[in-house]
Amino acid sequence: MEKKNPEDSFQVKIDAEEKIEPKDWMPDEYRRNLIRQISQHAHSEVIGMQPEGNWITRAPSLRAKAVLLAKIQDEGGHGLYLYSACETLGISRDELIEQLHSGKAKYSSIFNYPTLTWADIGAVGWLVDGAAIVNQVSLQRTSYGPYSRAMIRICKEESFHQRQGYEIMANMAKGTLEQKQMAQDALNRWWWPSLMMFGPHDTESAHSAKSMKWKIKRESNDELRQRFIDKTVQQAEVIGLSIPDPDLQWNEQRKHYDFGKINWEEFTNVLNGNGPCNKQRMANHIQAHQNGAWVREAAMAYAEKQKNKKVPA
Amino acid sequence: MNKEKQWPLWEVFIQSKTGLPYKHAGSVHAPDAEMALQNARDTYTRRGEGNSIWVVPSDAIIASNPADAESFYEPGNDKIYRHPTFYVMPEGAKHI
Repeated sequence: MEKKNPEDSFQVKIDAEEKIEPKDWMPDEYRRNLIRQISQHAHSEVIGMQPEGNWITRAPSLRAKAVLLAKIQDEGGHGLYLYSACETLGISRDELIEQLHSGKAKYSSIFNYPTLTWADIGAVGWLVDGAAIVNQVSLQRTSYGPYSRAMIRICKEESFHQRQGYEIMANMAKGTLEQKQMAQDALNRWWWPSLMMFGPHDTESAHSAKSMKWKIKRESNDELRQRFIDKTVQQAEVIGLSIPDPDLQWNEQRKHYDFGKINWEEFTNVLNGNGPCNKQRMANHIQAHQNGAWVREAAMAYAEKQKNKKVPA
Repeated sequence: MNKEKQWPLWEVFIQSKTGLPYKHAGSVHAPDAEMALQNARDTYTRRGEGNSIWVVPSDAIIASNPADAESFYEPGNDKIYRHPTFYVMPEGAKHI
């Protein structure tokens, strides 16, 4: 029998839209790329609980509070689906958390912005989750089976998140003048960072080419960003808010919106740890992890004890 | 990293309705079976997706190796007479 180069057969499988499963042979770099992307995604879900958690005790109604709690619980769940998918690649949960704490692994820079008013909770749901959905819908077709399955599950749950955010914005936009201004202010502050969520332009993106060839990513940063903008402009119009971009304009030829320049200096700055909340987010996570250590140890000790009890019987 | 401290991994299987097969949903970490069930419930069935859950210690699962698939399944491949379409039915016979 002829021996095929494993990397060739791997690419044949990818090109035929077959999913790669944990025990299948894969190039080391494919594995590393996936671990980087999935863990970054998982960390983003978990760190993303913080800016929203900021408003649980101050939600304006019982309904709003119950909804916000459920949404944040979902984000935790999404983090867990993704950690679970990532662990199938042979990295442990402890190592993943360690990489987050040491700064080796990143999370989405959007979560380093503060949620200053209740309208920010609306803007986060509408724009941040909206942008995440565009990305995640595309990732349902990613080539790694466990990642794809996690994405499908997440997408099913995520649309409630965006709708609840848009509902908050819509209600504030038709409220008092002050409330409407608050909603507009939140849109002004979250719009550009949301566009940055899709990552650098295709020409600048470090990991894109390989990720596209291996179908880890299915569509480019710029394609996804454009899709998000095209969807969102109309939604802003419906509730009477304006997108803070003087260059935003429908381009009849392209059948897309043209938009202004993104401030990539800000993006790099926040990514490198200098955003308004980077230190606070990480300190909270480390503290929560350390404060929970005794609980994890006690539960394990109890489980051991119960196991030993059963042996003589 | 202190690996001893990490809670064991459990694979989660969910039956969405009685009568349907259990389907793999993902995994959870938990110190014991009871907490594995509770964590699986909180993680994978927040919207009534489950009628019943199995949790299995991940290291108790023995999986076949995809690299061996060819030889592993080979014995079944040439027995096309296991399929109903293999047989020639006389013309006109109904309900068979």
